[in-house]
Amino acid sequence: MYHADPPEVTKKLREMFYSAHYVHSHIAHFYALAAPDFVLGPDADPAVRNILGVVDKVGLPIGGEVIKHRGIAQDIQVMIAGRSTHLVWTLPGGVSKGITEEERAQIEEKAKSCVEFSKFTLQLFDDVVLKNKAYVDLILSEPYQLKTYYMGLVDQNDKVNFYDGKIKVVDPEGKEVAKYTPSEYLDNIAEHVEPWSYLKFPYLKKVGWKGFVDGKESGVYRAAPAARLNAASGMATPLAQEAYEKYITTLGKPVHATLANHWARVIELMYASERLLELAQDKSITDPNVRILPTETPTEGVGVVEAPRGTLYHHYKTDKNGFVEKANLIVGTTNNHAPISMSIKKAAMGLIKKGQVISNGILNMIEMAFRAYDPCFSCATHSLPGQMPLKLTIYDIHGKVVEQLERA
Amino acid sequence: MAKLKLAIYWAAGCGGCDVAILDTNEGLLKIAEIADIVLWPVATDHKYEEIEKMADGAIDICLINGGVRNSENEHMTKLLRAKSKIVVAMGACAHQGGIPGLANLFTKETVLNRAYRETPSTENPDGILPVQRFSAQEGELIIPEFYNTVLPTAAVVDVDYFMPGCPPAIHQVAAVVDIIAKGDLPPKGAVIGASDKTLCDECTRPKEDRKVKKFYRPHEIIFDNQKCFLDQGIICLGPATRGGCGNRCTVKSNMPCRGCYGPAPKVHDQGTKFLSALASVIDSNDPAEINSIVSQIADPVGTFYRFGLAASYLRRKRSNEKN
Repeated sequence: MYHADPPEVTKKLREMFYSAHYVHSHIAHFYALAAPDFVLGPDADPAVRNILGVVDKVGLPIGGEVIKHRGIAQDIQVMIAGRSTHLVWTLPGGVSKGITEEERAQIEEKAKSCVEFSKFTLQLFDDVVLKNKAYVDLILSEPYQLKTYYMGLVDQNDKVNFYDGKIKVVDPEGKEVAKYTPSEYLDNIAEHVEPWSYLKFPYLKKVGWKGFVDGKESGVYRAAPAARLNAASGMATPLAQEAYEKYITTLGKPVHATLANHWARVIELMYASERLLELAQDKSITDPNVRILPTETPTEGVGVVEAPRGTLYHHYKTDKNGFVEKANLIVGTTNNHAPISMSIKKAAMGLIKKGQVISNGILNMIEMAFRAYDPCFSCATHSLPGQMPLKLTIYDIHGKVVEQLERA
Repeated sequence: MAKLKLAIYWAAGCGGCDVAILDTNEGLLKIAEIADIVLWPVATDHKYEEIEKMADGAIDICLINGGVRNSENEHMTKLLRAKSKIVVAMGACAHQGGIPGLANLFTKETVLNRAYRETPSTENPDGILPVQRFSAQEGELIIPEFYNTVLPTAAVVDVDYFMPGCPPAIHQVAAVVDIIAKGDLPPKGAVIGASDKTLCDECTRPKEDRKVKKFYRPHEIIFDNQKCFLDQGIICLGPATRGGCGNRCTVKSNMPCRGCYGPAPKVHDQGTKFLSALASVIDSNDPAEINSIVSQIADPVGTFYRFGLAASYLRRKRSNEKN
């Protein structure tokens, strides 16, 4: 909006902050919100199927490491910006403070620890999920597949980037169909409205909204970890790249398996940790000249980053004093709203068989199709609380209700 | 001693308060030691119906973050009040309406029109708006009713304690867990997890005479990292805001206070209190000059009531709509 290009060091600081944010968010999502389904199993008693149950199962020392590293990631953000949640450090033209050499050295040590923890997490995923044939079969099973377009931010080498770059879209066969700058977003995506939801349904404008269907003819696309790995041609850091290669070798490319998001998420955890370390080892990051004063009259601007749960668009129009007159946001999970609805339907249709008793485990496995995208849906609507009412109505072929199950 | 029954609920807020609880790190294990969590949507898999089946007063302590923006927020806030012995309004949104409360400067109609019809990415040729009850082929789909006005928790139910902050500072979350564990709660109605001073009293930036001829917005000048913001002509809500946050903005972030800890002790309306503080720093007795200095203050409502509009004397822009 201000047409002010901040100093290079500021961009590095912002990316370092953001890498630490990813470490926190991906640890929280994977361990607190996804791991219960795998470590304890989809059929586990809901009373223990949570982070405390995971700590109980894997043991307190490992649980302690999880808590410690999510905490480290938050501490790094506090060191850089003064606070982690709702930071006030960003300004047009720069940031309000830099970091000292002493802080840089501390962040470097903490980042090394995060890289080690990411190795451990990849190993844990390997041991608990990939070495268990039942889970691999579950991930690859038809009820959890959707063949959609995929979106993600890529750097100039076509690698996954969270902070900067161009938005790339590939089709269900993995072929590039668009690569655009943030300010071109309105040429590429649009949002559909349904009367039964406060959350809109983004789709690829040039393909068009064809309803809740997948395939090449439908503009439905997906964002977030698995989609980012599909859109890019790899990861920009060595250990993450190694993990990516194993992922692609095992699952093929593009990956259509919704539950693969959890694997992609731990690969991204490694990338975020390695990138954090790279930036912490760049000694120029302690340059104190972190601000310029904007001189142009503010007008309009579009900014895009990869939020942990999907491509995030912010578009603002201001008056001549920089006061926002109009804003338009498309936030992470919103991108995935249509796919989430489709994934739930497909999981329900695939998992429920005639004459079968509908157990809590089956209902949970349907919820798992949802949790792979976003465990706290309210992030995307900012108006609904974080819980998940799920009502299942089973009809016979004549449209007569056979059974109704509800999770209030 | 029997374990406490603890509920943590997220209404019209952003989830930052839940993250603040996670940020206590090993404090989480302490929470698990002293309490059985009966509801925490962001981290555990409990369902509303389990709460509905409980006897009144069965929950010992309920932390509600987020204000009331829709019918589901209202229902859950009332339900949890009935089921809980102690209700804590946690975070700026439950305490004061928070950032969502700034939407009270608009009407429900304006908000819905903007989101679903006017935004440039929206393709909605039929002008569809979300409706509370929708008859689909498969049955009726029900979504919460979106209200015209955002309300703080205490406007809907009786609140025992208020815990300010956007989000509450981590050391204060830990301190509140401590007083809950010890059963050492102050008299009903108290503000907990905060101090009895103003943010300004606790700020370590040395203050000078605070005589302001010109106000600046933070991006308009390179400011001194040590000096009081008000001395430099930068609006800082410190004099009107409760302390206890650890000066995380004014000292640790090198940015002025935005007021998230709510009104200073013994103050009801944070914005009016700040206006009075502001009047004393303007360096002029000439009405025309005073007028010109004051007119440099950008966005007074958004600045003085950034977190507290919904709980202030102003409450909202005038509107004929019922909530």
